[in-house]
Order: sequence, then structure tokens, then C-alpha cells
Amino acid sequence: MSAGYEAVIGLEVHAQMRTASKIFCGCPTTFGAEPNTQTCPVCTGMPGVLPVLNAKALEYAVKTGLAVNCRISPYSRFARKNYFYPDLPKGYQISQYELPICEKGWLDITVGGATRRIGITRIHMEEDAGKNIHEGNTYSFVDLNRACTPLMEIVSEPDIRSAKEAATYMRTLRSILRYLGVCDGNMEEGSLRCDANVSIRPIGRQEFGTRAEIKNINSFRFVEKAIEYEISRQILVVQEGGKVVQETRLWDANAGVTQSMRSKEEAHDYRYFPEPDLAPIVVDQKWIGEIAASLPELPHAKRNRYVDAFGLSSADAEQLTAEQPVALWFEEAAATGANPKAVANWLMTELMKYLNDENRAIEDCPVKPGQLAALLALIDKGTISGKIAKSVFEEMYRTGRDAEAIIQAKGLVQISDTSAIESTIDEILAKHHAEVERFRAGDEKLLGFFVGQIMKAMKGKANPQMANEILRGKLGR
Amino acid sequence: MRNRARRGRAFGKARISIREQHVNLNQLTVAELRRVLDKRETTACEVLQDVQSRIDTVEESVKAYVTLPRDISKAMAKEADAAIAAGNISQLTGVPLAVKDNMCTKGIRTTCSSKMLENFTPPYESTVTSRLLEQRYVLIGKTNLDEFAMGSSTENSAFHTTRNPWNLTCVPGGSSGGSAAAVAADECIAALGSDTGGSIRQPASLCGVVGLKPTYGLGSRYGLVAFASSLDQIGPITKNVTDAALMLQAIAGHDPLDSTSAPHDVPDYAAALGKDIKGLKVGIPKEYFIDGMHPEVEQSVRAAIATMESLGAIPVEVSLPHSEYAVAAYYILATSEASSNLARYDGVKYGFRAKGKDLIDMYMRTRAEGFGPEVKRRIMLGTYALSAGYYDAYYKKGQQIRTLIRQDFDQAFQQVDVIATPTSPGPAFAVGERSTDPLQMYLSDIFTISVNLAGIPAISIPCGFTSDGLPIGLQLLGKGFDEQTILRTAFAYEQSTAWHARKAKL
Repeated sequence: MSAGYEAVIGLEVHAQMRTASKIFCGCPTTFGAEPNTQTCPVCTGMPGVLPVLNAKALEYAVKTGLAVNCRISPYSRFARKNYFYPDLPKGYQISQYELPICEKGWLDITVGGATRRIGITRIHMEEDAGKNIHEGNTYSFVDLNRACTPLMEIVSEPDIRSAKEAATYMRTLRSILRYLGVCDGNMEEGSLRCDANVSIRPIGRQEFGTRAEIKNINSFRFVEKAIEYEISRQILVVQEGGKVVQETRLWDANAGVTQSMRSKEEAHDYRYFPEPDLAPIVVDQKWIGEIAASLPELPHAKRNRYVDAFGLSSADAEQLTAEQPVALWFEEAAATGANPKAVANWLMTELMKYLNDENRAIEDCPVKPGQLAALLALIDKGTISGKIAKSVFEEMYRTGRDAEAIIQAKGLVQISDTSAIESTIDEILAKHHAEVERFRAGDEKLLGFFVGQIMKAMKGKANPQMANEILRGKLGR
Repeated sequence: MRNRARRGRAFGKARISIREQHVNLNQLTVAELRRVLDKRETTACEVLQDVQSRIDTVEESVKAYVTLPRDISKAMAKEADAAIAAGNISQLTGVPLAVKDNMCTKGIRTTCSSKMLENFTPPYESTVTSRLLEQRYVLIGKTNLDEFAMGSSTENSAFHTTRNPWNLTCVPGGSSGGSAAAVAADECIAALGSDTGGSIRQPASLCGVVGLKPTYGLGSRYGLVAFASSLDQIGPITKNVTDAALMLQAIAGHDPLDSTSAPHDVPDYAAALGKDIKGLKVGIPKEYFIDGMHPEVEQSVRAAIATMESLGAIPVEVSLPHSEYAVAAYYILATSEASSNLARYDGVKYGFRAKGKDLIDMYMRTRAEGFGPEVKRRIMLGTYALSAGYYDAYYKKGQQIRTLIRQDFDQAFQQVDVIATPTSPGPAFAVGERSTDPLQMYLSDIFTISVNLAGIPAISIPCGFTSDGLPIGLQLLGKGFDEQTILRTAFAYEQSTAWHARKAKL
């Protein structure tokens, strides 16, 4: 960023809740169905129909609120946001306005080793609109499958100071939403969306600058890029003596720029008013308590625990805890008594390599946590070498079989029998007389040659430490 | 063989007995019809025939209906007869009823008397009519209304103006004018209406029949095309108080499809009838007997209060000090909600669509051509009231007045059991008399609107006639969810008078 300016950023995140049915009717929410097959009179806004709140959506919103330290409103209500658009069949969106379900929370993010606390202004529930599909200039089509699917809008305070922090905030929030099971966090499919309010101000100034709202940021990559671009754009405007205007701008991913969409003057007057078709939402403390008790251990808590209890580095802990299934896999393996650091290493290098190659989720991993722990135990016992273990692991991944069975079947058990190793070494030294002479004359590089010959003769099964010791003894070094 | 012959004879004989009384079956009440149907003195098909032939005779002059699905009615009557033969009988089995054309009926067009929905056939059934269907009622037809229930005379119907059976040059009131006129003209046994600011009670009053607006939330609004969601409620329009109780019984109760319907136990309304009203305190709100009220209306209502007193009731003067703001608050709140509720009629998905050169042009033409002037007026009023910068001055203020009006009633009902008022400041007015003066028209509902704002129940019953022979209505207001007390009071009054027995001469 150009010297002298700091950015002030607030994010409005729309998260599609993973409920089986829509927020105000019983239609399914499955992604990718044939257009207008997941609709009913309610979500298509037919005359005379009425919305009924999906209790699961309320529960998910409350869960999320609790996870980001919000106050859950004992009394909240829905409101109508009025505007005309073909994908909005009622001519209004049912949302929350004055009395949202959650308020005044916060979320800690870690950027460059430092922790920053980002305030959460509010979380409210609302319904999604449908989708317009344009074909040529003559017709447009409307698909209402998505209409009335449940969304949470999570609004942050303008506490974010850089594009990198914004991206970290998004990733942290996504991780929490996925831990809670309330949103799948898929930005490409649109189940997680983000609008950014961006302004700049000279460093040291308290007042905010004029902000622009950036829309259409539809992938994680673009969160940072779009905001970075917008910050630079605003700084340039100011440096050239201009003024940032309040407006809505669209991120154009192809051009890598934001473009003006509408000015403040063209902004809609949504004429919000309380939704008379839905009774106010009254939640009692006991229910909130039950939900709080049902929350899983969240990523930041896990990360701290991994550092404290398992002695992992905070970078490793962060990587392991980003996705709950990975963390749970790790914990299950560690619970068998295996060395947590070894588990972490194997998980993050070997296992992740295979999973990523196949784009396979850890829940579907053929190797179970206990199987990795058993493999690690065999290394510790000296039954196999670490090198052999890697090929055993590959076999385990391919077949799902236990390490023990693979080792037995393939005769991979490490040979730690002194006499067997000794007689092999004797044979090799006898065969390679010239090399022995050169070694004794000082060509120590040949040690590797002898080890290689021993491993080759013993098909890699010789206990490498023992082989080394015996070899050195016999060579008199 | 012999058995059947005997039964046939017995049946034939019974049928003769009801015919011998020279009763046209269409003139019967729900309760009376139930008796003769159960005694097999007639059949649902015969009743339907009488109702339809009455329609054939008078509908041309009354124009109560928008749609008369004769084949469907016939099929329903046959089904009802089969159910009766099988002993599968509910209160409304085989009873021909009219339904206001803003309640969705699956497979039968539901127009709201608007060009916008002239060809709209819902693929779903409203909860109230579903409940009637469960009882195997017979749908006679869908009745005319002011477009989207906005009006007090049916003159705002896009199709035609319904006429008052007592005087065909007069309006029947509105917006449920079609239902009230159909009941008054014996073109059905009873009917359903909807009431947002008086749309059941005012036409019932003007047509000399009984109209009940239940407590907000007593029944379901699912399938009722919304005008003002926080005020709309469906209720019966009937020939007497007993029928109002029976009809209310059929439609009341919580509906999982309407989260504003209360999880409230539904009492036995008919059981409340017949108990005396000795010691019952009847509140007389001083603010309701205003200057400019039609003198014969005031006279009749005061006489009705005297009759109740003679039955042992105790009149008590009460005050509803915020009544004077009711009409103003109502026209802010109702139009605000309406402006949003009617946004869905954009020509995109169903109903009328005008051609336009682009999307915005299509929207504007569709709504310009599809809605009538009163609907447009209210959409504009409501849109304005909700606009940024005006919300606090209008919508919010309206809600505050609404709270005060509710508190007025809470206080009044600490002193009294029911409140008696005129239903309408005057009797039926001439067609065209007020249609160019919206404000004058809005004042037709001055006594009924507060009830909707407070959410309480109220009933209008006949209490006299003007010297010109036009009906006058008495309105009885009750505490929330206490329909029983107003029904009991209305029934006691009805039993000691004969107003409800008079029939319009057509």
C-alpha cells in the first residue's frame, strides 16, 4: 500500500445455511437441480400463500452467533426489503432489519503471527432470491430453485485493515461455519458470498473515509485481489486530487478491476417494514443454553490445545485445525498413544499428498487413524525402517489393509539378526576386495557403496543402523 | 326389493313434507338445512337446484357472483349426498356456500375482482376452504368484491358492481359485498367474507344479514390473497347468529401454514348460544355516537341497546379516546402493507402481463393496466408512507396509534363484557354516490376499523330498517378470542327481535 494511507474494511458475508429444506417452505435446497423443479406456491410467491420459518435455520443462525461471541436477541423479527426484480417473485425479500437474531460479537484472526480481534456487528437471517438466466437479447429465464433458500448475513465492524486480513477473516469464518456444519463454505457454488465495504484514510486519522461497496467477489482468491485493487484505486484517486465517491462497484475477475455499478443517488429505497406474515421470534435462554452446550470445539480452541498439549508448532496446529475432519482424524490417531508430532507429519505430508492427488475427503480415506498409529508403532519398534514405512503406507492407502499384514505378506520385516547381517557383509566384502582396499586407504565415500550392496542383497530389510555398525567394525573404522 | 321400495316411499313422503311447507330450500339457514338433510327430507342436489334456480332468477339484477362453477357445484352436491347416505356427515355436508373471490380455490379461478388476476387459477386451496371441503360443502360460486378487497361498495370491482338486494339502486357495501348480497338474496345458504377494516361487517349491515370478523389469529389466512396482512381475517356472513357460530366453528383453529394463526383451543361456539345476558355489561363508547350519523341509525342502535337492557344487560358508558385517529392510522398501515403485498403482481410469473419495450416498461404497463384506480391509489399511499425519510412520520406513528387503540380497548374491557356501536354511520348509499370521493368512502368504515387495528372480534347483526326500507346494523365488539360472548349477546338480541327474519323483495 502506498505510504501514508491505511484501509478500513468491513465485510458482509452471505452464508447459505445447510438446511435440508428452504427457510419459509418445505422445498429441498439441493444444488444443481433442473430449473424450477424445487419450487412450490410459497417460494414462487403465488397470491395468498404465507411463509413459515424453518426452525433449523433459526438454530443454525443462533449456533453461528454463539460461535462468534454474539449476543442472541431474545426478541427479533423479520422485515420486508422491497424491490422489483424478476428473480424476486414476491417483489420483496424477507430479511431482518431493525431486530436481527444476533448482535455484537467478535472473531479473532491471526495474520503474520499476530492476533487481531474483528468485531461482528450482527448476523441476520434472510431468504435468497432466484436466478436470472439471459439468453441472447430476446429472452431471459428465471430459475426459482434458489429462491427462499436460507441465508445468514454476517456483518463485520469496519475493523479490518488490509486485504490480507480480509482474506484471513473470510478463511477463519469459513472454517468456523464448516465446523458448525451450518454452511458448506463453497464460494464457487455461491454458498458463501462476500461484499466488501472499503475506504481509505491517512494513517492516524480517526474518521472514516468515503466507502465503496464491492460486490461480486465470488472466490477466495478474489477476496484479497479485489480489495487490494480497490485500495490502490482509492489511493490513486486521492493522490490525483480527486474524491472517493460513495457507490457500489462490481469486481470484474477477468479484467482484475472494480467497476462502478451505481452511485449513492441511484441506491434503492428498500422501504423496510416489519414482516406482518411472521410472528416475532422469541427465543428462551434455556434453548440458547442447549445450543451453546452442543457447539463443537472450534478451530482456534483446537489450535491452542494442539500447541499446548501436543507441542505442535502453531503453523502445524493451524494447518491441522483448518478443517474439522482433518483435526478429528489427527486426534483419533494421537489418542492411540502415537507420537502426535509423528502423526502430524505423516498426516500433513504423506496422507494429504495422496488425498489431494485424488481430491478425496479425509472422511473417505482408506487408511484409518488407528492404522497409521500402528504403522508408526512398527517404525518405533524397529520392525520396519522409515523408508520402507513410506511404501507400506502407500500400499495401505491403495488397499486399506493394515501395515502389519502388508509387511508380513511382502516379507518386509526388517532384519535385525546380527549373524544374518554379518554373513551378508562378509560375502560382500569378500566379493569387493579392491573397494575394501581403497576404503582402507582413505576413500570413505565408498561406505555408501557397501551399504547399498548390503541393502540390495537383503532386499532393503536390513536394520540400517545395525548394518552400519557391523560394516564399520569389519572395515576397522 | 321391497325394502328399497319402502325406503323410497318414505323418502318421497318426507320430501313432500318439506315441499308442502312451500319452503324454497335456498331460504333455509345452515342449521335448518342440516336438520332436513339429516332427516332425508331432501338432498344436497335438490338444495343446490333451488339455490341455482334462485340465482337464475335474481342474479341478473343482484350480480353477487364473479364465477359460478355449476358443474363443480353439482359434482360436490352429489358427493355430499353420497357421504350423507354413508352416514359420513359433518355440520356443512351438502350445504351450498358462497366464497369471496379472494380466497384461493384449487382449479377454480380466483380473481380478487381484478383484471390482474382475471385468468388466475390457483393450483392450491386456501386453508379455510380446505376445511369446508373436509366437511363436503357445496361451493356455489365465488363472490364479487372491491378489487383486492379495497373498498366499501364493490364499485371498485373490475367486473361489475353488486347491487343491494333491498334496493337495487344502492350498493351492498364492501368489500365483501358479493357475499353479503348473495346471503341477503338467498342465492346461497351462507358465505365467507374477509375483513380488513370492516369488509365483512359493513356489507352485512348494509344488506341486513349477520357478519362476524373473528379475532386476528383465530383462523388461517393461508390462501387468502393478502390486502393488509396484519389486519386481514376471514369470517362468515350468514342469515342468523346461529349460522355464524356454526360457520365460525368450521373455519377457526390454528393452521401450521399460517404462523400468525394462534395455537388457541377452539371452543364450542353453538354451545354459548341460548344462555341469557342478565348482568352482562354492555359498553357504549361515547366517541361513536358522532354528529353526522344518520339519525335513523342512531335511533335503531339506541333502541337495540334498550332491548338488551330489557333482557338484563347493563349499559355502561365507556371511552375509546383514540378512535378519532383510527381511520388515519388504518390508511397508513393498511396501504403500507398493501403496497408490498401487491408488488408480486408484476406480470412476470402469473396473471395479467402487458407488452413492454423492456423489463421496466413491461412492469409499468402491466401494473398501470392491470390495477384499478383505488388499488393504485393505495399502493402509492403505502409506498410513500414507507419511503426513506417518511417512515417515522407515517408508518411508525401509525403503529403507535395502533398500540394506543389496543390499549383503549383493553381498558374498556376491564369494565364491560361487550361494546355496542353502530356498524356503519349510515345505511346503504346509492351506486355512484361516493365513488368519486375516496375520503367519504373511507368514512364508511369509521366504526369498524378500530376493531381490526386492535385485533379483536366483532359481529354485525340486523337491528332495524330506515323508513326507506334499508337495513341497519348493530355492531358488538368482544375481547380477543372471546367470540362466545358476542355470539351469545347477538343471539339473545336476535331471539327477541324479528329483524333478521325479514327478506328483501326481489
